[in-house]
Amino acid sequence: MAASNSPPFIPERVHIALELEIPSDVRYIERVVEIVALQCSQFSYPARQTCLNIPVALSEALSNAILRGNGERAGAYVQVKVDVTQERLILEVLDEGLGFDFEDCLTDPTEPGNLEREDGRGLFLMTRLMDRIERFSNQGNVVRMTLKRND
Amino acid sequence: MSFAIKKQGDIVVVDVEGQLIVGNRQELKQRVLDELEKGERKFLIDFSQTGYIDSSGLGVLVSLSKKIREQGGELRLANLNDDLKTLFELTKLDTLFQISDTRERALETF
Repeated sequence: MAASNSPPFIPERVHIALELEIPSDVRYIERVVEIVALQCSQFSYPARQTCLNIPVALSEALSNAILRGNGERAGAYVQVKVDVTQERLILEVLDEGLGFDFEDCLTDPTEPGNLEREDGRGLFLMTRLMDRIERFSNQGNVVRMTLKRND
Repeated sequence: MSFAIKKQGDIVVVDVEGQLIVGNRQELKQRVLDELEKGERKFLIDFSQTGYIDSSGLGVLVSLSKKIREQGGELRLANLNDDLKTLFELTKLDTLFQISDTRERALETF
């Protein structure tokens, strides 16, 4: 059973795994974020992570997948895989695009010349709000984000 | 998510209820630009009822701030919770905007 300092209703070794699939429409982003944040709340993740790190980083990954990866094509879908334990959250966002070089696309929006740009903050925020970002191809373009629980 | 716009004196106050993200940022942008076109020049966005903001939402705030400044006006922000403050600090947008802790303080000092 759970240790005394753990949430009473989630045993330590339990993990929650979910797979979601959404059309390439940004209107689905908010609902997906709600579902993922709720799973982390079940494990009593800190509010900072469920209200800031996870929602913003996941929104960015979904926006990229829908707008850039799939180009908002009708009939193209985005898959989201969620694996959450007491210790960490792993999110995978898969689109039907060709992928991109993460490092090449990453700019620093805090540089004086970039501060007043409207775009260019998405990947930057993902790297700042998650512990690890990986990109690879697996029958589509996958971005995997890992966040360690940080109480 | 919704936006409520009202006038307080000569200041247009916008309440953002819910998230400011890629799916609704254009609505906020258009509604503020409509007010700018009508001749309004002072704008305050109140985030007391806002959940999270993504990079598209931040981008719209930057874009609106520029457009308002080009017309001789100003966009200020108020009531950012700790998470939103962190977001602005991470992106250094806290250096671009005048941010007040409360709506009242923002209105007094505008």
